[in-house]
Amino acid sequence: MPNPFAEEKPIFLQIAERLEDAVLTGAFPEESRLPSTTEIAAAYRINPATALKGVSLLVEEGVAYKQRGIGMFVSKGARSLIEEKRRRAFFEDFVLPMTAEAKKLGLSEQETVSMIERGYGK
Amino acid sequence: MTLEIRNVTKSFRGKHAVDRVSLRLEGPCICGLLGRNGAGKTTLMNLISGKTIPTEGEIFLDGEPVRENDRALEKIFSMGEVNYFPLGMKVCEVFTNLGRIYPNFDRDYAEQLSKKFELDTLQKNDKLSTGYATILKLVAALSSGAEVLLLDEPVLGLDANCRDLFYRELMENYAEHPRLILFSTHLIEEAAKLIERAVIIRAGQVLLDESIDTLLGCAYSVSGPAGAADAYAEGKEILGADSLGGLKTVYLRGTPEKPFPAGLELGQMSLQKLFIELTNH
Repeated sequence: MPNPFAEEKPIFLQIAERLEDAVLTGAFPEESRLPSTTEIAAAYRINPATALKGVSLLVEEGVAYKQRGIGMFVSKGARSLIEEKRRRAFFEDFVLPMTAEAKKLGLSEQETVSMIERGYGK
Repeated sequence: MTLEIRNVTKSFRGKHAVDRVSLRLEGPCICGLLGRNGAGKTTLMNLISGKTIPTEGEIFLDGEPVRENDRALEKIFSMGEVNYFPLGMKVCEVFTNLGRIYPNFDRDYAEQLSKKFELDTLQKNDKLSTGYATILKLVAALSSGAEVLLLDEPVLGLDANCRDLFYRELMENYAEHPRLILFSTHLIEEAAKLIERAVIIRAGQVLLDESIDTLLGCAYSVSGPAGAADAYAEGKEILGADSLGGLKTVYLRGTPEKPFPAGLELGQMSLQKLFIELTNH
């Protein structure tokens, strides 16, 4: 049973993920300017320090870079960087929780695999 | 800027509303002042803004005592429940007045905010509805240009739309003009993302003063079958618990055991939940 009182991840991580999603979908194209921390803070009603922490994470990962006096920009190759990172996390973030739940429900490996195939439309 | 409250006590008829409080608040920072009804939040704010004189102790802004010091007091804007604007004065005249008191008051910004909040600037301030009276005080605070903002229950009586707009404007304003903001509220869930530090007071005393990250990092919840949750909690500092039939959630201080036992679920505590557990008794 999920904990009804649990909180989600830290806000700066959620912000970093949302910005990454926007890069993945093409809403923020490579080499375009990222919203400023002021814009992010206002849009999500979060403390500007939290917004900065989220953006700094993207810089650390090479997804964004800082252009002095202008702002933050989406790096060239940012999309493939994010895709690569998420592929690496896919097993832990999605496959492991799924197999754990399947075991809890007494679903066999075969049953689980056939459901995955169904998800692919087979 | 640094606001320092040094061993301040305020007594009313022998009862301590604020009891030996010492705090050092450094800006820029948005600090949440949290406490239950009657904990002393408003009295503490009034002491800082000079509306109330301490029975003991002193308050300093950048090393200067604020008491009867106009130069220090004009750097502090305080908004609270009580209306201090002269009766019969129109909103636009209130703005003119504020411009005389606060050297960095931004009239254009006050007019822009009034439009956004749909505040009628030709209306007399004491004829405004509860919600609009609060909005006027918010507009005044945001456009005051003061280095220290004391916001005592700034969203009291505001509908969800106005609260949301206020949070947006506050974040934009703060990002562009970083300063020291002390923000008291009972709507902790709404304020949790806005503040970076929390001061929790109880019965006139400081119970806790931490950054939000530290505060949330030193408490967690464990849920699962009651027996297993209790066994895990044994010997640990328990903040509180919730039960639902055979399911139990225990709130604990500290950091989770590693490796974390199977069959139990680990969770983070929200600021509001933490506040409730810390101030329940």
